[in-house]
Amino acid sequence: MRAFRIGFLGLAAAAAFGFGAWAAEISGAGATFPYPIYAKWAEAYAAKTGVKMNYQSIGSGGGIAQIRAKTVDFGASDMPLKPEDLQKDGLTQFPPVVGGEVMVVNLPGVQAGQMTLDGPTIADIYLGKIAKWNDPAIVKLNPGLKLPDTAIAVVHRSDGSGTTFIFTDYLSKVSPEWKDKVSEGTSVQWPVGIGGKGNEGVSALTSRTVGGIGYVEYAYALQNKLVHTKLVNHDGATLEPGIKVFQAAAANADWKNAPGFYLILTNQPGKETWPITGATFILMHKKQEKPDRAKEVLKFFDWAYRNGAQMAEALDYVPMPPNAVAIFEDSWKQIVGPDGKPVWDGHSS
Amino acid sequence: MAAETVVIRHEATRGGCSGAVGDVLFRSLTFLFALFVLLILGGVLVALADGALPALRTFGFSFLIDEVWNPVTEKFGALAPIYGTLVTSAIAMLVGIPVAFGVAVFITEICPIWLKRPLATMIELLAAIPSIIYGIWGLFVFAPFVQQYIQPAIINTFGQIPGIGALFAGPPLGIGVLTAGFILAIMVLPFISSIMRDVFETVPAMLKESAYGLGATRTEVVWQVVLPYTRIGVVGGIMLGLGRALGETMAVTFVIGNAHRITTSILQPGTTISASLANEFTEAVGDLYLSSLIALGLILFVITFIVLAFAKLMLLRLQKQAGG
Repeated sequence: MRAFRIGFLGLAAAAAFGFGAWAAEISGAGATFPYPIYAKWAEAYAAKTGVKMNYQSIGSGGGIAQIRAKTVDFGASDMPLKPEDLQKDGLTQFPPVVGGEVMVVNLPGVQAGQMTLDGPTIADIYLGKIAKWNDPAIVKLNPGLKLPDTAIAVVHRSDGSGTTFIFTDYLSKVSPEWKDKVSEGTSVQWPVGIGGKGNEGVSALTSRTVGGIGYVEYAYALQNKLVHTKLVNHDGATLEPGIKVFQAAAANADWKNAPGFYLILTNQPGKETWPITGATFILMHKKQEKPDRAKEVLKFFDWAYRNGAQMAEALDYVPMPPNAVAIFEDSWKQIVGPDGKPVWDGHSS
Repeated sequence: MAAETVVIRHEATRGGCSGAVGDVLFRSLTFLFALFVLLILGGVLVALADGALPALRTFGFSFLIDEVWNPVTEKFGALAPIYGTLVTSAIAMLVGIPVAFGVAVFITEICPIWLKRPLATMIELLAAIPSIIYGIWGLFVFAPFVQQYIQPAIINTFGQIPGIGALFAGPPLGIGVLTAGFILAIMVLPFISSIMRDVFETVPAMLKESAYGLGATRTEVVWQVVLPYTRIGVVGGIMLGLGRALGETMAVTFVIGNAHRITTSILQPGTTISASLANEFTEAVGDLYLSSLIALGLILFVITFIVLAFAKLMLLRLQKQAGG
């Protein structure tokens, strides 16, 4: 029965992309996490220029497959492709926005922002090594809090997701044991815990289970008034989450020396840098058969970098700082038409 | 029936030649439609087998008996989802069949006339609720209820018995294999009970009245007249329900906990084949990962096929017994 549905789904998707490629509008497909902001930008851009952008949020895996098959003008992925993979498929990538993730907890008497956690402790909780809330490691970080002898109910995402990738990448960086046993990916083999589907699944399970802990996108925690924690960052500073500390991670990142912008913004240095931050990426072919369409795509993102910051912040995404935008737009020189000339000349007209 | 056929034949001959042509056309058209179904089925099977090939070639037979599901190291085994699929469906059948049977018996044999239609309609309405609604209801309403009242009771009673206690061990999480089984039971109930009701109503009144005349009680009539007379239909209804339970996706995904693990306790989280597909298909990066998911789909296809084939065999045997 299931098999049928998948078959039909594939057929329907193929049909949809077939049309997308022929219509006189730019088309993209991929990650679900940035879909709200891409849709918002597309709406505003179409109102201003008349150029429509059609984005299918089918997931990062689908986005990578579609751009490889050249059925869309750009793909989108929450997990950056490694430089060698970009090379292999003749692709280039750049990040339009950044997002932050927070830990949410459910303990009676603990309010938002009262608890503090650090990377190694979170890793041990997700490894199952810390199983009680009154474990010495947590008590040491929270001298002022009265912590109960409650079992920790670990909650993670059950669906493959960029959120999970960023979270597990962070744990891999702060805990050698996590790196060794679990490592990072859009879905991993969790040693303990229960899986919820999507941010809403994780938050429902966390807020319902006493002793629960989960990771969600900041915007989601904010909108649903979940109890988030403070985190200790790379430099040892204890921070409250917010747009400013997320942006600090993007601003402090060394984009210039990262081949293919393969840079995951977790555990970056800087006093004001939020530790669990990640960018979402746009994928394009370096060699374009239809340079006009590629130019339209780049015009769209150029416009979004320059005029889309407020829209992004309204949806709790973090716009890229100007110094980083300059580096990304410089990289667009690699995208060339059949004649070998760059399709982007640095002007939006 | 025979009279109707004669009338139709008669009209056909009056229409002359065009009637005959229409008949041929109609026959070929319906044949074409039937062929179309076979083609789609074959196409899906071929596509699944083709997609699953890389995974099956890499892991071989161990794909079926390996519990590891690690997308990072690209090592995949289907045992946990297969186990979860079978266990949740078994729980659904264990809970669902008796209730569905009771509902059907009540409606056909015991229920006062004025309640009959509203009750039957309401049960059919249960079948019309989209599965995502069951999932959301399961997550936000049913699971907390199970966590607070049912699971502590189970853990404190069955969980303490040596031996089978392992089946009911662990902290009450609310979600897990048992909750998924309960939700599935509610979902398959209308299917099974409405088919049972329909076949129970085919029992000739004369048979039942004769039994009552001989002094049989209501229970004896149900067990010794109604059930033997309708067993083929009853088995058919159960198999339809089982088919739905095996393939159900959204509702299970919400309440099963989605952990690729096999635990002895049915109170702990697990996963099913269709839940794994729903969870992981969109973001499955890497050919082997995708191929393993498609292989899971193929396994579900095979399981469903085996169930249906088994049901058909059982029906054939029952028919033979009834005939002989």
